[in-house]
Amino acid sequence: MRPDFEKGGKFEKLYPLFEAKESFTFVTRDRTKNGAHIRDALDTKRMMSTVIVALIPCMLFGIYNVGYQHFRAYGFADPALMQCVIKGAWHVMPIIIVSYGVGGIWELIFAVARKHELNEGFLVTGLLVPLTLPPTTPLWMVAVGVSFGVVIGKEVFGGTGMNVFNPALTARAFIFFAYPAAISGDKCWRVVENTTFGAVGGTIVDGFSGATPLLVASTTDTMAVAERLAEFGQATGYADFSWTQSFVGLIPGSIGETSALCCLIGAAILLITGVGSARIMIGVMIGAVCMASLLNAISISAPTSMMAIPVKQHLVYGGFMFGLVYMATDPVSAAQTAIGKWIYGFLVGFLAILIRTINPAYPEGMMLAILFMNAFAPLIDYFVIAAHMKKRMRRSKESQAYA
Amino acid sequence: MADFRLKEGYDIPLVGEPADSVSAAPRPATVALKPGEFRGVKVRLLVDEGDVVKAGSPLACVKSREQQVFTAPMAGTVKAVVRGARRALMEIVIKPDEASDAVSFRQHDAVAIRGLARDVVLEQLLQSGLFNVFQQRPFGNVADPAVTPRSIFVSAFDTAPLAADTALIVQGNEAAFQAGLDVASQLASGKVHLSVDGRRFDLPKAFSEAKNVELHRFSGPHPAGCVGVQIHHVDPIKHRRDVVWTTTVQGLILIGRLFLEGRYVPDITIALSGSAVTAPKHYRTVVGANIASITNGNVEHGELRYISGDVLTGTTSTPDGHLNMKPSTLTVIPEATESEFLGWALPGFGRLSKYRTYPSAVLGGKKFAPDTKLNGGHRAFVATGYYEQVLPMDIYPMYLLKSILAQDFDEMEGLGILEVTEEEFALCEYACPSKVNVQQIIRDGLDLVEYDG
Repeated sequence: MRPDFEKGGKFEKLYPLFEAKESFTFVTRDRTKNGAHIRDALDTKRMMSTVIVALIPCMLFGIYNVGYQHFRAYGFADPALMQCVIKGAWHVMPIIIVSYGVGGIWELIFAVARKHELNEGFLVTGLLVPLTLPPTTPLWMVAVGVSFGVVIGKEVFGGTGMNVFNPALTARAFIFFAYPAAISGDKCWRVVENTTFGAVGGTIVDGFSGATPLLVASTTDTMAVAERLAEFGQATGYADFSWTQSFVGLIPGSIGETSALCCLIGAAILLITGVGSARIMIGVMIGAVCMASLLNAISISAPTSMMAIPVKQHLVYGGFMFGLVYMATDPVSAAQTAIGKWIYGFLVGFLAILIRTINPAYPEGMMLAILFMNAFAPLIDYFVIAAHMKKRMRRSKESQAYA
Repeated sequence: MADFRLKEGYDIPLVGEPADSVSAAPRPATVALKPGEFRGVKVRLLVDEGDVVKAGSPLACVKSREQQVFTAPMAGTVKAVVRGARRALMEIVIKPDEASDAVSFRQHDAVAIRGLARDVVLEQLLQSGLFNVFQQRPFGNVADPAVTPRSIFVSAFDTAPLAADTALIVQGNEAAFQAGLDVASQLASGKVHLSVDGRRFDLPKAFSEAKNVELHRFSGPHPAGCVGVQIHHVDPIKHRRDVVWTTTVQGLILIGRLFLEGRYVPDITIALSGSAVTAPKHYRTVVGANIASITNGNVEHGELRYISGDVLTGTTSTPDGHLNMKPSTLTVIPEATESEFLGWALPGFGRLSKYRTYPSAVLGGKKFAPDTKLNGGHRAFVATGYYEQVLPMDIYPMYLLKSILAQDFDEMEGLGILEVTEEEFALCEYACPSKVNVQQIIRDGLDLVEYDG
C-alpha cells in the first residue's frame, strides 16, 4: 500500500493522508537516519493528545452544565445527572463534530496542496473552538468560524508553528464580530429550547434571564455590584452566582469555560506533564490580580460599576480560567523566551480584567486580551533577543579591540 | 579551581552501560584511517593499494597544507582504498603484518618535554599525524597548524550516554597523559584548560593533580562533559578569529606516548556498550581497529546498528567497519523493526521519555533499551521550551536554529553560532517532539558562516 502513496505512486498527492494514518496507527515506522540515533518517545501527537486529555474535564463538565442550566431554567431545582448529560450532549456533540469535521477537511486540503504532513495541532483547535462557544451557536456558524480560524488564523501564515494568532481564538473572535447577536447578550448562554431530545416539559420560570454573571454585573445601575450578583436569580432559584457555585462552574456561559475547577484540573495535567508553561499561567494570574485590585481600589467611589467586582470573583467568572490554562499557553502564539513569557502572561491577565471592566460594549475581555497579546508576543521576544544579541556583539567588539 | 554547576541537561537512562573492567581485544584483522572524520579539509591520497607502510607512515595529507599528514596506526600492507560519493576518500584499510615496524620520531624524557620549543613540538605532531587529534573552534574543523590558538580545552569526562569511563582510559597512562598536556601547553598562546567531573569523588590523580593546566570542575547532567559547553562557561569564543583548540584525554595519551617513546603507539581504550551487547565493558585496542574484532561473539542476534561513538553523535558503521579516531565509545543497539499499534495513545509504561506525558518518566528509576525508531513524524518547530531544558548555555536554541534556516548571518553570530558545534545540540535533537534534525541544521549554519559569512 505504501508505494501507491510515495513519489510516483497512484495516490502520490494524498501522501499526507497516508502519513497521518500510518502515524496515527503506528507512530511511524521511520528509523533515525543521521544525527541522534535514538529519539525521545514524545512526539507532537502525544503532546497534543495530552492537551486534549487536559480538556476532557472541561468538556464533560460543559456537557453536564448545558443540561443542568436548561433544567434550572425550567424550575427543576435538582435535575438528575444523566438527564443533564443527555440533554447537554444532544446540543454539544454536534458542535464538536462539526468543528472537527470542517477543520479537518481544511487541514487536509492545505496539507495536500503544500505537500507536508498533517499537523496534529488541529486536534486541539478542533476541541477548543466548541468549548469557547455558547451552547446555542448554530452549526453553520461553527463551520464558518472554524473555517476562518484554520484558514485565516493559521494556514495563510504558513500553517502550524507559523501562525501569529491562536487559531481557536481567531475562530471565536470571528464569530463574535460577525454574528454578535448570536454570541452575546442574555439569550445565548442557556439552552431553553425544549422540543427536541431530552425534553421534560414544563415552562420557563417567571422573570427568567439567561445572563452570565459578568453581564449581570455590567447592567447593574442602582445596586452595588456584589449585592446584585448575590441577589440575582435567587428569588426564583434558577441562578446562583456565589463564588463556590461559579468555581465549580454551575453558571451559564460558553460550553467549556464555566468551571474554574475543571480548568485547574487541566492546568495540573499540563503542568505535571510539562506541556503547558507555568510562567505564562502564573504571569496571567498575577496580572489579573494586580489589575482587579487596582480597579477595586478605584471603585470605592463607584460601587455600582464593574470595577467593584471582587478580585476572587473575577478569577472564576467568564472565560478567564479557560483562557489562562488553554489559550494563553499555546506555544505557537505566545511569547517564546522565558522572560518574554512572564511579560506576555502578566499583560494578558492585566488587559483581560481591564477590557472586561472598562469596555462598555461587552463585559468580557479574555479573548481580546489574548489576541491582542498574541500580536505583541513577537515584539516582546524581539526585544529579549535583541538585548541578548547586543550583549554578545558587545563582548565580541571589546575582545577584538584588545586583540 | 573554578566550580561550575549546570542545571540543564539530561542523562538518558539506557541499558548497556559498560562495566568497569578492561579486557584486551584481539588483534584486529584490519585497521583503517577514515579521513572523512576530519572535517573542513580536502584530503589527498599518498599511497596505493599494495604499498607496505609502517606505523606512523603518511597515508594521506591535507591538500592545501601538505605537511599536515594522516598516518597509519599500524604497520602492514594497504589492502583497500574505499571511496564514497564524489570519490570522497572514506577509508584507507591496512592489513597489519607481524613485523610491526614503526617510523621513529625523536624521544624526549618527561622533563625535557616541558622545555621544547613550539616549532619542534608542532613538527613532530604533524609528521606523526597526531596533530589531527586537535579540533578547532569556531566551526569544529580539524586544527590548522598555521594558527596559534588562544587556548586549548580538554574535557576529562564524558557524560554522553553509555560513554567510556575516562578514568579507565587514563589508568596506566598517567605519565603519557601528563606528557600530552605538557606538549599541548606549548601550542597555545594561553592556557590548557582541563575540566573534570564535579559529580565524582574518586577522580584519578592524573586529572585532579594534573600540572601545567587550569583545572575546572563541572557538575551536571549531559552535556556538561561536552567541551563546547565548558568553553562557553570558562571563556567563550568571542569572534571568528578567536580560535580555540580542543582534544580528548585519549588524544593527549597518544601524543604523550609519541614523545616519551619516540614512535606512534596506537593503543587506546574504548567502551563497547549498548543494549545489544551481551557483556558491555571496556576494551584495549588500537586506533582505527576493525569493529568486528571487538564485537565478535559479544553482540546479540538480529538487525543491529553499530555506532562509532555514542548514540547521540556517533556515526553509523557496518558490522565490518572501523573505529573512528576521536570517540572512545562503540555502541551497538537494535535497529527499529516493529511498531507498537496506536503507540502514541497507550499509556506507554515501557517507553523511554524525558517527559511526564509518559508514566515511565513519572515513575523513574528504570533503564531502557530503545531502538532506532524516530518515534514520530517530522513536523514544524513548536516552541515547547524543551531545547532550553537540555542546553546549559546562554543561547536561545530555537532562535539560533531559525536564524540558520533563514540564512541570516548577523543573527546567527549574534545568537552565538560561533560558540557551538552539533555536539552540544545533540540532546535537543533527541528531545525534539517535532523530530527536527537539529544537528544537521547547526552544521549547515556553521558551514554557511564559515564559507559565506
